[in-house]
Order: sequence, then structure tokens, then C-alpha cells
Amino acid sequence: MPESVRLALVVAAKDIRAELRSRTALLSAVVFAALVLVVFNFARDPTALSATDLAPSVLWVTFALAAMLALNRAFTVERENGALDGLLLAPIPREALFAGKLLANLAFVGTVEAVTLPLFVLFFNVDLGAALPGIVAVTVLATVGFVAVGTIFSAMAVRTRFAELMLPVLLLPFMVPPLIGAVQATSRLLAGRPLSEMLGWLRLLALYDLVFVTLCTLAFSAVVDE
Amino acid sequence: MPSYEGALVEAHGLRRSFGRVRVLHDVNLTLAAGEALAVAGPNGAGKSTLLRLLAGLMRPTAGEVRILGRPLRQDAAGGRRVIGLLSHQSLLYDDLTLLENLTFAARLYGLLRPRETALAALEHAGLGPRAGESPRRLSRGLLQRAAIARALLHGPRILLLDEPFTALDAAAAERLREELRRLLARGLGMVIVTHHLAEVWDLATWVSVLAEGRWVCDEPRAGALSSFLPRYHGLIGA
Repeated sequence: MPESVRLALVVAAKDIRAELRSRTALLSAVVFAALVLVVFNFARDPTALSATDLAPSVLWVTFALAAMLALNRAFTVERENGALDGLLLAPIPREALFAGKLLANLAFVGTVEAVTLPLFVLFFNVDLGAALPGIVAVTVLATVGFVAVGTIFSAMAVRTRFAELMLPVLLLPFMVPPLIGAVQATSRLLAGRPLSEMLGWLRLLALYDLVFVTLCTLAFSAVVDE
Repeated sequence: MPSYEGALVEAHGLRRSFGRVRVLHDVNLTLAAGEALAVAGPNGAGKSTLLRLLAGLMRPTAGEVRILGRPLRQDAAGGRRVIGLLSHQSLLYDDLTLLENLTFAARLYGLLRPRETALAALEHAGLGPRAGESPRRLSRGLLQRAAIARALLHGPRILLLDEPFTALDAAAAERLREELRRLLARGLGMVIVTHHLAEVWDLATWVSVLAEGRWVCDEPRAGALSSFLPRYHGLIGA
């Protein structure tokens, strides 16, 4: 196994182990996602708008807000006892460090999404049926991009006094393109439209992933090194 | 570990500013194997900034740090591999046990048998029975011992120590002093930042004083501390 991959896995495993020990961010994000779905479920007027019309937006707003909570923990855990210094002092390429953090964040956000999706089906009475593999694929494509951006912004925000506030302010504008793409693709999937109708949105999501995972990996060193 | 006969650490014209405030002015230093440089000075003199620059945790505004003859900026990973840092914080995760913390550090440094190495380091620090505990359950003194174990884990050639005797009781402080003497005899180089020269006077081979970010004294340690202290107080304007 290449050394950089090994180091990235070491960092990711540490983050996952620490989170499983405390379960703070994961539990908060899952509970928060459930609450958002409950609020949307009771706030909508079923006679004005059908559940299937509203469902894609609700799903992605829930994913985005819950992901924000999960992403906040990525570097706040490094702030305690100056642990970030210990990490930066180790002879580990910054790219591997970013990859490790990204992997751990993908695991957290993916877990939150995996728990949220059945709740969403329950509350909105949406029949995923044949659309499920497509929705999983869209979720993976959209999540990779905004989690990559969220990881680097979490590293930036942690050095500020209001890290928890800074992350949403920095991240939300960058979440707009993948959210638009994901909502559009999800609504077409739920309506049973052919793949050709959503190909453009899938390309946008893939391009966003490619550009931002590359940019964030390259820029990470400049962000963490004072 | 690379074999290298020259200076372990060299700093040339090291300068650091935060915005328009310059906290370190053109610092030069050379540290050879077996030497311990005690850096003293009042609060805000730039001691911790100097340590962070030498560790590569901060980029200098101007000047250069060389580790084993190679510029730290060009070979950051190689430089960091031979540096051990004891910061004023423990660098340990509260959600992991001591053993998990040190095992994680051992894996980052690519050490063989990381768990066994981590356990041996904890036992050496007298923390073997507490290996399964979280750092948040330790007293300040025990936490300092764990932090020292972490700093020494990968067998560094250069130790950067920020107030290493903080919170240690007399017995633990004496044990650490003995350990540092042993490491010096083995050829490690050390930069020890302190407010209390008395704690490191016997260890130091060089004494430097930083005041308002400037080297105001840099000389071999000679004689008794009591003869140096009046000069020291004069240099820092106390």
C-alpha cells in the first residue's frame, strides 16, 4: 500500500474511532436531520403541494444542514490540547492528511444520510422503488464534492474565534451548485424520468467533484500551515 | 535516521511578523549534537514563536531554518521526522486513551509495531497502568509526562521543549532532567524555552535571552546561575 494511502487511512481511522467513542457529532446530526424532516412534514400544506414535488428539496436541505453539523467536528476535535500541532508536526504529506480527513468526513456524512433516507421515506411517503440505486449514486456524487469543500473550510474556520458560525457562512455558497444538481436529478429520479434527462446534472456533479477535490487537496497545505 | 555531522539546527535571519507587528527580529542560532540551548525571556518575548518556527509549524516572514543541513521549507517532512516537540499543550486527544493516542502518533511516524512501541513509551514514563485512560482524567503533572512520552516516541534527534518542567512534581522533574541528560549524552540537540532558568541551568550548554523578539544574549553557559541572574534581569529590563 502506498505510504500516502496508509497515512490517510491512519488519520481517518483515528477520527472515526474518536467519534465512535464520543458520538457527539454523529448523534447530533442524525437527531437534527430527523427534526428537520419532522418540521418540514408538519409545516407543508399537503393540499397545496404534493409530497413528491417537495420531497427532493426537503431531502437535500436536510442532508446539507445535517452535513454541516458533522463537518464542524472535523477540525474542532483537533483544537483540543493543540492536537492539530501534533498532526502537522508528523512527517505526513498534507495531501494525505486532507485525504484522511475527507474519508472520515465522508463516513460521518454518509452515515447521517443513510439514517436520514429511511426517515425521509417514512415522513414523505415516497416510494423510492426503482429510483433507489439512482438516488444513492446522486447522493454519493453530490456528497463527495461538498464534503471536500467542507473539510477545507472546517480547517480554515477552526483557527477563527467563531468556528461553528464561520463554517456555514463559508460553505453554504459553495454548496449551491451540488445542491441544485442533486435536487434536479433526484426529482427526475422520483418522477421516473429517463436517464438522458438528468445526464447534464450528473455531469455537473461529477465535474464539481473533480474540480473541488483536486483544488482542496492542493490548497490544503496553504490553509493549515501558518 | 539520516547520519549528519554538521549542526542539527541552524536559523539564519529568522523573522516573523503578525500583520504589522514584528514578534521576532533576525534571530540566528546554531545547535550541534549534544548541545542544549536554554532560551529565556519574559512573556511575549517571542520564545514560543521561535519554537514553532524551528518546528516548521509556522513559516518565517524572512530567514531560513535548516534541519540537519537541509532547508526545512524544502524538506519539511524529512525535517519534522527528526524533531520532537513538547508544547505547552499535550497534543493528545481526549476521546482516545493514552495508548491509542501514542499508537496513533507511532503510526504517523511509520514506526514498526506501533502499539508495542507506544506501550513501552508509556511504561517508561510511569504511565503503563493508566494506558487505557483518557488524557482528560489525568492530573496536569501526569498529562505532562504523557506529552513528554509522545514527544520522545519516535526517537527524535532534535527536541524542542516549551517549559518542560511545568506541573511536574520534584521527583518527576528530576526524572525528566536525568532523561534529558541521557539524551544529550547520546547526541540529541535541544532547545528549551523557559521562564525559570534555574530549572534548566545545569542542562544548558548555551544560554540565550530573547527580549521583545530580539536576541539580547547568546553565549555558552558558564559559572553559576546566581552570577548570571543580575545580568539577565538587566537584559530583560526587569
